[in-house]
Amino acid sequence: MLNKFPLWKNVMIIVIIAVAALYALPNLYGEDYAIQVSATRTVTVDDKTLNQVEQTLSELGVQAKGITFENDQILVRVNTDAEQLQVRDALLQALGNDYVVALNLAAATPKWLAALGAEPMKLGLDLRGGVHFLMEVDMDEATRKIQEQMRDTVRAELREERIRSSSIRRVDDDVVVELRTAEDYTAARRYLNNRYQGYRLIDDAANNTLRLRMTEVKLKETQDYAISQNVTILRNRVNELGVAEPIVQRQGASRIVVQLPGVQDTARAKEILGATATLEFRFVDTESSLRDAEMGRVPFGSELFPNRNGGNTLLREDVILTGDHIVNATAGFDENQRPQVSISLDGPGGNKMSLATRDNIGRPMATLFIEFKSTGERDANDRLVFERHEEVINVATIQSRLGSNFRITGINSQQEAQNLALLLRAGALIAPIQIVEERTLGPSLGQENVNLGTKAILWGFILVVAFMALYYRWFGWVANLALTANLVLIIGVMSMIPGATLTLPGMAGIVLTVGMAVDANVLIFERIREEIRAKRTPQQAIHYGYDSAFSTIMDANITTLIVALILFAVGTGPVKGFAVTLAIGIVTSMFTAIVGTRAVINAIWGGKKIDRLSV
Amino acid sequence: MRQLIKAEQAFPFMRYRWWAWIISGILVVASIVSLGVKGLNWGLDFTGGTVIEVGYDQAADLSSIRQTLDENGFGGAVVQSFGTQQDVLIRLEPLEGVKVQELGDQVLKVLQSAADANVELRRIEFVGPHVGDELAEQGGLAVLAALTGILIYIAMRFEWRLSLGAVGALGHDVILTLGLFSILGLEFDLTVLAAVLAVIGYSINDSVVISDRIRESFRKFHRGTPEEIINEALTSTLSRTVVTSLTTILVLIALYVLGGQLIRGFATALLFGVVVGSYSSVFIGSSLALALGVSREDLMPPEVEKEGEDLEPMP
Repeated sequence: MLNKFPLWKNVMIIVIIAVAALYALPNLYGEDYAIQVSATRTVTVDDKTLNQVEQTLSELGVQAKGITFENDQILVRVNTDAEQLQVRDALLQALGNDYVVALNLAAATPKWLAALGAEPMKLGLDLRGGVHFLMEVDMDEATRKIQEQMRDTVRAELREERIRSSSIRRVDDDVVVELRTAEDYTAARRYLNNRYQGYRLIDDAANNTLRLRMTEVKLKETQDYAISQNVTILRNRVNELGVAEPIVQRQGASRIVVQLPGVQDTARAKEILGATATLEFRFVDTESSLRDAEMGRVPFGSELFPNRNGGNTLLREDVILTGDHIVNATAGFDENQRPQVSISLDGPGGNKMSLATRDNIGRPMATLFIEFKSTGERDANDRLVFERHEEVINVATIQSRLGSNFRITGINSQQEAQNLALLLRAGALIAPIQIVEERTLGPSLGQENVNLGTKAILWGFILVVAFMALYYRWFGWVANLALTANLVLIIGVMSMIPGATLTLPGMAGIVLTVGMAVDANVLIFERIREEIRAKRTPQQAIHYGYDSAFSTIMDANITTLIVALILFAVGTGPVKGFAVTLAIGIVTSMFTAIVGTRAVINAIWGGKKIDRLSV
Repeated sequence: MRQLIKAEQAFPFMRYRWWAWIISGILVVASIVSLGVKGLNWGLDFTGGTVIEVGYDQAADLSSIRQTLDENGFGGAVVQSFGTQQDVLIRLEPLEGVKVQELGDQVLKVLQSAADANVELRRIEFVGPHVGDELAEQGGLAVLAALTGILIYIAMRFEWRLSLGAVGALGHDVILTLGLFSILGLEFDLTVLAAVLAVIGYSINDSVVISDRIRESFRKFHRGTPEEIINEALTSTLSRTVVTSLTTILVLIALYVLGGQLIRGFATALLFGVVVGSYSSVFIGSSLALALGVSREDLMPPEVEKEGEDLEPMP
């Protein structure tokens, strides 16, 4: 008998390995020093910005390795880290505050490879350096705010319906309404029943008491809203930090993960992430002269602020209301199809607004936006300098007495209404956040980890290759070939999967795979030796050796795969990284060790008559 | 043919099983006692707290660092060198009056202002107590899930005596590995937990190969006592057992020596686990199956099934 593979099988093996090799290739090219320019919310990056960047570079006399404009970002690649800093500083000056200019490392993948979608593996923070925060959103606070708002709504509406209550309170997660008489109770019950979406009415006729309880759906909705709103705010702030490729993601029911690659100054990062951008509502000072104020003669009791149209607005010092009373803001249209923003305030906010606007109908009221913004400069310790940034974003005339729900009109466009709503929402955190986990790694340690991991993989590989060559001779070399192909496959697959991240334990997983991957070949070769001892011909020995080892290899690998999959499902961060490489390694090693080696052995020894095998 | 192990005749492994039982028994008892009395040195991932690693540009003076920290109100900090003399690891318990999230930054500032040398931040890890509990819970869950998954697979694949033998060997390996960490007081963190799970995978891998062979031998040889047949199966797989452990141990040594401090606990657990796992699958797993009375009748395929029915065709 002869051992031969059909052509299609050989071709398939070669194609699979070639594709993996192609996608593994970008990892060899390393990274370029780069500067990344992106826009903040007030501007967009366009061809004009690109021109500006190019001009700045030519003024500096720096020859860029490449400038690309993709996904609303401009990426400038330069040759050295010194140039990188130089270019960043120049771009900060030239572009001003409206753009985020961040240092980055960009993969130096050649164009033809990048066109195929080939990219190097993503490195975890333990290999890149940077900060990982896990933040917890205070859900009780989020629910409390909503319930207080509900309490005020019920209070106002019952009063309007002339139903007399003795008290309306928030007790835990319920709004409790105590009515004076049985008639009031019946009236209230009829009125409140099914009135509010997401609330259930629990009655207690004996005590003339009604309870409004949030349904599970509404509770979940409230919490989802709190999280997604906080994610938006954090994302805005991270952008202000000027970090390249940040990650801000929801994790589980009440947590948010923030990863800032390359950021070292955790204290600063925490300060900014924890800081509150806020809103204030104030009356416009219509009695004094704006021109006088602009000349420097600001009247006592007033303050001058820049507005969005490039001019200034004179506002009273007294704050009617601050933004932390805003519970929600949505963009929409009024009855004349003009854009508007509807704002909901919490209870105390509604009361304040109501009191302040009662006697001021017809007066203009301004919305002042305050946040902490990066100036782009750095202080002596190389820290970004942040400053208080204030801007009047809207002035509107009060048409009637306002309560907890009101709207801002007089907005130019739907786009602006949406931006304003976003700003109002982003202005105040709906619920406080707290850092519950932090992992910071210096960039030198990250690079050190990469070096150590690579060295361990390399030496592990060399040791195994040497052993296999010594012990199984030519068949050993075939196994070594398979082992090499396996490494290429692991790296190729890791580079192809978009979500896969290489971590230090992930590298350990690769090392372990190198050691265990040869097991399949050991099993096969031992079987072949047995068959030879049993006086089979070499061709029969090869055939039966592979055949009888197969089910054992499957059994053994499936059990390890079960472990890897469970690790992936349950583990977090570094452990997940280990599980990913282990799982990929098991699958690829089965392919290379069983199919790959068979193809080579068939090609070399399988097609002819031989007397003995080098195994 | 070059052979590590030349065995024309079956080596009488099972004759020595009583020695193995005694040795393993002592080790298991010692491990359990240590785990019960001393417990594990839980790492930051599970206890919560703050760990800071700083790098000095010359050998760091640990006692002066301790003094500096004491003077600045960070008493009770554990200060130790980490890997090299320049690297210092500081472990802090939550401190009253200081927001835990800011502890790391404050300590860094104190050290930077106190030292003449350059102090570089290498790593800060802060884990809130609540998160630590959750990670521990998740870890326990992972071990349980892995064990259950494997048990189901093994139970489906093998006769119950062989399955129980494999699982016994597995438990033995996990207990001894945990015992090692307890007795030596090595830190047990998330990566070590991952290693323990990998040990589970390796150990079961080894047992599966041997169980497969035992089943095959029972079907192939129609004569001989169960003990003789198990010896035969162990002898014929011994070469594979030794070679695979050797290659795995080789890469793990590379990982232990070259992989750096952060991965050392992981490498230690796996290195130990692989050695113990190879031993236990030979001596413990199979002798357990023998003790449970595994016999030819139990392993013969049903009448309709042909020999090698469960072997799938080769690709």
